[in-house]
Amino acid sequence: MKHKTFFWFIFPTFLAMFFFITLPIISVSLQSLHTPHENLLITVENCDPFGCKKATTIDHDATKKLKENNPLGQYVGLDIYFDRGHLAIQQVKNLWSKTNNIFEFLKLTADLPFYKALFFTLTFTFTVTPIMLVFGLLIALGVNSFNQKLKGLIIFFSLLPMIVTPLIGSIILFWMIDSRGIVGNFLQILFEDPNLSLKASTFLTWIMLIVYGVWHAIPFSFIVFYAGLQTLPKDQIESAKIDGANSFQQTIHIIIPHIMPLITFVTLMQLMDNFRVFEPIVGFNAEAHATSLSWIIFNDLGGETRQLSAAATSSILTILGIIILLLPVLIKTWKEFEFKK
Amino acid sequence: MIFNLNKDINNKPFISIIIYFLIFIWVFVAAFPFIWTFWGSFKVELDFFSISNWTNAITGKNTEQTYGSPFTFVGYHGAWIQEEFWKAFINTSLVCFFVVITSLTIGTLGAYALSRSNYKYTFWLLIMALIFRAMPPITLVAGYLPPFFEWNLWGTLPTTIIVLVSINQPFTLWMLHSFFQNIPKELDESAKVDGCSQYQAFGHVIVPVMWPGIITTGLFSFLLAYNDFAVTSMLLSDENRTMVPKIAAFLGTTYTEGNVMFAVAAVVSATVPLFILIMFFQTKIVSGLTQGAVKG
Repeated sequence: MKHKTFFWFIFPTFLAMFFFITLPIISVSLQSLHTPHENLLITVENCDPFGCKKATTIDHDATKKLKENNPLGQYVGLDIYFDRGHLAIQQVKNLWSKTNNIFEFLKLTADLPFYKALFFTLTFTFTVTPIMLVFGLLIALGVNSFNQKLKGLIIFFSLLPMIVTPLIGSIILFWMIDSRGIVGNFLQILFEDPNLSLKASTFLTWIMLIVYGVWHAIPFSFIVFYAGLQTLPKDQIESAKIDGANSFQQTIHIIIPHIMPLITFVTLMQLMDNFRVFEPIVGFNAEAHATSLSWIIFNDLGGETRQLSAAATSSILTILGIIILLLPVLIKTWKEFEFKK
Repeated sequence: MIFNLNKDINNKPFISIIIYFLIFIWVFVAAFPFIWTFWGSFKVELDFFSISNWTNAITGKNTEQTYGSPFTFVGYHGAWIQEEFWKAFINTSLVCFFVVITSLTIGTLGAYALSRSNYKYTFWLLIMALIFRAMPPITLVAGYLPPFFEWNLWGTLPTTIIVLVSINQPFTLWMLHSFFQNIPKELDESAKVDGCSQYQAFGHVIVPVMWPGIITTGLFSFLLAYNDFAVTSMLLSDENRTMVPKIAAFLGTTYTEGNVMFAVAAVVSATVPLFILIMFFQTKIVSGLTQGAVKG
């Protein structure tokens, strides 16, 4: 395709992505280096018949002028990145010198807002992803042996947890595990503890969120693996059977290698999606026990005081996190491209 | 594989029991929450959240005492009429319709170009799209707010539609790109040999055969717009809210007013369109999910 034709075809989508993705990223990175101007103060002496008083008021004209000259605010370099709400360099240094062992250090670091969110996000990402891979594969192997009509029905119901709006899905589960809901009720009877509440403890809240994450993600791996199983090399399996391989050995030595590219694909998509975990925290009303990187950005943006600089800084740190997470994949894609040349 | 496992199942009842049990558990876990909440949405709060006896949620004992029948539409009436959920429904319909139409139009053109060009910039554009796809959309919102406030664009549906279209572009491009790559290049090449320009080749040769891929991609664009919470709740004003942010707002107010059943009814109402979607497009959704994996 000629450069000119290519340009006109790609132009509308390029324009949209440039104005609403690229420029916002630049804007966010600039905002993360600036804080809003403080109001300039002026001291005036008011004299009345009872004497003179000095009063400090806001100098509106000067403040307005300052804001107009520097609409981004005051340049502060990396200060916001290092402050208590983000990387908290000072606090981490103090903790490092005060604590005796690494566990104590990590435990105290996890109380700082950014690290708290980071620890949960990483825990969520790296527990949900492997669990959903294993369950997805098991279900796919199982469903494969059902007859055609039943398969359609199973796939229909399996799609529900994935297709449903994440916020709605988490709210539905939240109502059920409520101490007055059916699952909550059932657990109370099971553990013979009428005061058991999943919402009260941090550990149980994390488990609850991870269970939701797995529930939401299993359909994706199941469907993809199921599709992969339809293209299995039948002759290989036949010859393996003749050689006396049982179904477990066949799974390990033929099926898994055959669908390995799919496993990589699902892992990649899941790492991306789980890293942005956000809706379940809102749906489960869990922010007291678990926060995520996306959640702290949302929290800074909302409410009466929109803390744009703080949100921008968290955003940049999140983007850096996702790039680190995807770096192996990007390097691999690049090598493949170079190789093809 | 199929006959192979069947044989195993016939030979070893133990394995078959485990497999059937696992599948049964999964289908139950996947479907039960929806059936339960749907059933419960026609009850009163005392039945849906029953402290005394959980079977009340099935039989609707308190609902019958209050309204004379174990089913009541009070929750739906409260949500749709009293809390004006119908407005949110209309807003969601508008947003989804325009997001799908616009994303597909500009995405199709872009993805077609990407699939038919071999220059180095094609690769870089696709890699940029992949990185954009990986970024959580909420990270961009801090960049939207100042200009939107400055130019009075904040809170309106058109602004949100354009933002959602742009955020969805990386995904749309990747999906359609892999789809167009499966349409043989010889098709448009031969049209060009016959004297068509690239645009005519696209219009006369590619457009007629691209609809299966467009419909699949459209379904996923729809889901991205329909399911979004982070961006829509940040960019829409209270009166322009779509269903998902409206439900989130419900939760805060209804818990205090004791109208939880409004929220339950709203949640069920917002799930119904998705249910219908899966019913009609199940095979399309499955093929869409696997397309990127098997062919990309």
